[in-house]
Amino acid sequence: MSLVGARVLRKEDPRLLTGQGTFVDDIQPVGCLHAAFVMSSCAHAELVSIDARAALAMPGVVGVWTAADFLDYPDLPGGLPELERPALARNRVRFAGEPLAVVVAESRYQVADAVAAVEVEYQELDSVTDVTLAAGPDAPLLFEHHGSNVITKVPMLDDLERELERCDQRAHLRLVNQRCAAVPIEASACLADWGVEGLTLWATFQAPHHLRNYLATWLDLPQNLCRVIAPDVGGGFGAKIPWYPELFIAPLLSKWLRRPVKFTQTRSEAMVQMTHGRDQVHDVDVGFDNDGRIKALRFIISQNLGAYPDPTGLGLAVLTSWMAAGCYDIAKVATSFRTVVTNTTPVAAYRGAGRPEAAYSIERMVDLVALRTGLDPAEVRRRNFISPKAFPYKTHNDPVVYDSGDFPQALAECLRLVDYEEVRRRQAATRNDPDAPLIGVGLSCWLEIAGFGPNGSLEGFGHLASWESAQVRIHPDGSAVVFAGSSPHGQGHETTFAQIASDELGIPFDRISVRFGDTATVIQGIGTMGSRGVPTSGSAVKMASVTVLGRAKKIAAHLLEAAEEDLEVLDNAFSVRGTPGKKVSWGDVAWASFQPLRLPEELSAGSLEERLFMESPNFSYPSGAYACVVEIDRRTGRITIDKMVLIDDCGTVINPLLAEGQVHGGVAQGIAQALFEQVVFDPDSGQPQTTNLIDYLVPSAPDLPDYVAGRITTLCPNNPLGAKGIGESGAVGAPAAVVNAVLDALSGFGVEHLDMPVTSEKVWHVLQGGQQ
Amino acid sequence: MSTQEWTKAVTVTVNGRRETREVEHRTLLVHLLREQLRLTGTHIGCDTSNCGACTVILDGAAVKSCTVLAVQAHGHEVTTVEGLSGPFDGLSAVQEGFRQEHGLQCGYCTPGMLMASTALLSEQPDPSPEQVRHALEGNICRCTGYEMIVRSVRWAAEHSDGATP
Repeated sequence: MSLVGARVLRKEDPRLLTGQGTFVDDIQPVGCLHAAFVMSSCAHAELVSIDARAALAMPGVVGVWTAADFLDYPDLPGGLPELERPALARNRVRFAGEPLAVVVAESRYQVADAVAAVEVEYQELDSVTDVTLAAGPDAPLLFEHHGSNVITKVPMLDDLERELERCDQRAHLRLVNQRCAAVPIEASACLADWGVEGLTLWATFQAPHHLRNYLATWLDLPQNLCRVIAPDVGGGFGAKIPWYPELFIAPLLSKWLRRPVKFTQTRSEAMVQMTHGRDQVHDVDVGFDNDGRIKALRFIISQNLGAYPDPTGLGLAVLTSWMAAGCYDIAKVATSFRTVVTNTTPVAAYRGAGRPEAAYSIERMVDLVALRTGLDPAEVRRRNFISPKAFPYKTHNDPVVYDSGDFPQALAECLRLVDYEEVRRRQAATRNDPDAPLIGVGLSCWLEIAGFGPNGSLEGFGHLASWESAQVRIHPDGSAVVFAGSSPHGQGHETTFAQIASDELGIPFDRISVRFGDTATVIQGIGTMGSRGVPTSGSAVKMASVTVLGRAKKIAAHLLEAAEEDLEVLDNAFSVRGTPGKKVSWGDVAWASFQPLRLPEELSAGSLEERLFMESPNFSYPSGAYACVVEIDRRTGRITIDKMVLIDDCGTVINPLLAEGQVHGGVAQGIAQALFEQVVFDPDSGQPQTTNLIDYLVPSAPDLPDYVAGRITTLCPNNPLGAKGIGESGAVGAPAAVVNAVLDALSGFGVEHLDMPVTSEKVWHVLQGGQQ
Repeated sequence: MSTQEWTKAVTVTVNGRRETREVEHRTLLVHLLREQLRLTGTHIGCDTSNCGACTVILDGAAVKSCTVLAVQAHGHEVTTVEGLSGPFDGLSAVQEGFRQEHGLQCGYCTPGMLMASTALLSEQPDPSPEQVRHALEGNICRCTGYEMIVRSVRWAAEHSDGATP
């Protein structure tokens, strides 16, 4: 009977399958102009001049604007004092691709022609792209007045040197978590229409209210005249939360030109203008005894921020340091981090945002402990796991208290499904057969922090607050509409939230609609990020529905002249238990709810509506155990994933079909990080080398395996659904499983670590070296 | 050069309807479809013909409409996602397969995936999962990790009458 937990097909699909979805570029108002940016061709330079005369003379060109035209407006919001990013580069460009002028023309072809005709003169400066070099004493400075490229620094109180020395053994790795691009298939796009009744901005964005709040302030426009709509959003993965110049400039151009202005980013632009993710360097030391018990962990993080400190970019290393010890009970943990600006595209959230980096490094270190002690990697994990009885588990950082989990059970289930003993047997049997591929099996017992909902958890990233809102309204016919503050980009909120509401209200799924993404209709919202959709926003829907049902029962009891506690909701009606036939339909109750003469005294017309802001007392901690089996061709180094087993613990599952989809997608991005993807800059010139989907290797179908997905369940005590979130899990857990598998396959070749992406070329070099 | 020398009238049969429009010589088929015919189901996801979001069927073959000039389509037949239909409550087997097997999340790559899958099934009505993966090599999805897309196409193969995938 319950829809929560059922494999329900999506409400979203019919429109998206028939071409009736509405993405920003699908909206084309009459008289719409097209805007495009002139991008810096240098990574670091003083701007000498911008000559737009040729562009202005071209057909259809309406105008060209530079930073000088925006001096009445502040820099983009959310930056650190004195380190803000201007809407258009002013005097100085700090990364290749930084917008420095905006051109508007009648058509998208004309505007592209005109952008190419704008001539920019630069005085080039030395650039730096590497985080370690940028933090060094001789590095060229991005912000001279700051005196250093190091922006924030959190030292450790105790470097644990004594504890590390006291252990039987110690090991160190420097692990590079390479820069990745989110690559939502819909790149950035916005359409601004500023008329006499104010501004409407359509934007492909993960947090429309967040944008409305900051945009209205930036424009000095009252919020009642500033409407932001996120229509269908073609993927986000974290890259559609930061402030981009177009979101602020397009509205002003529309105001000045009195016409709608649209900006649609090309992929080549997106690859250098959308924020990137990851790009951390870790120096990790572990101290352990000969029995494999890890006693001390020192975890030092350097975060490459790119050219401007983004509020989320600044916070990534915090999350990494919180999750440094993963699912292990380690007596002494010390973390520190620094964040550093470089002449590269700004870095912000990318699926997992700080947690994949932590999970990867601790899982690599555990495998190194196994290698050094000669123990099986699964056994080392078992010996160090936090006990299932130890929850709530206080970590080395006060705000981080793990909610629940059963790491041994997840690993046992994972080993069972991957048939671990059999893989090990096959591996041993073929190890010395030169005609057989090398076989490797890698484990990743990962844990992340999600369900961003506790007060204070998102404010640090620049958000208004950390709750999520829900509003449940019953129409006079007993159908319902749910307004959700969390605005999705593929997650399926219309379906999962309707499932939750249907269960609580007793109203059929097909009679419930879910609305979001429009600041004019949704009271207030935060956004879809940090795997908070179900735990925070879904819980808000649940509790608002519970309240509405309570009032509906009062009305039903009044109409039936029965006691509330004798009522049950069955088949879209309220019935008196034990008295067959004595019932009133949801439609009748809803109709009566608008008729004061038919209401009990304590209720007034329109009572069947509730809005609430859901906070949670603490985070949720999704976890899991993944295993990857690879085969490596001994001659070419080609890596093939033979099997990928995924055991997730996300607490309560609302819709197993959609949950599995989230896991698959996250794992695909995790495998891609492990094997294929890397944003590359030329170290001398700072020029980006991966500016399209030829050079940046987003995998397609033949590059990825089938997945074997399973589940264990421990409930989250911090929200009424018991849900932990699932959106980022795969991206957190997969990279270590894949890299551990490759290194396991190469265990006879004397290599302890390879940095991602672990390409066939890197493997081939190891195989060559090993054979010499 | 006068405007007329830059433009040309093209007639294309789109989803069974003959449409004549004046286009620039350089106008891409995808822009003719999206901007002049207002068929916005076909999407654009890159500028190097890698992503496949703009895939349509041209005379029976899947093509990337960002790599075909509108003038090249003159006199030819184009099917877009808006032209798909079938017995599954109006949806074709491929569309219904994607719904049944959760072959889409954000939905942006989906029209291209549907058209590439439709073209595949009309040539090869019963492809193996491996064959489906290779046939969709030119279409990138960032949400699903592809397995559910493969399952969707297999669902369609198993539920097609052979004539209208």
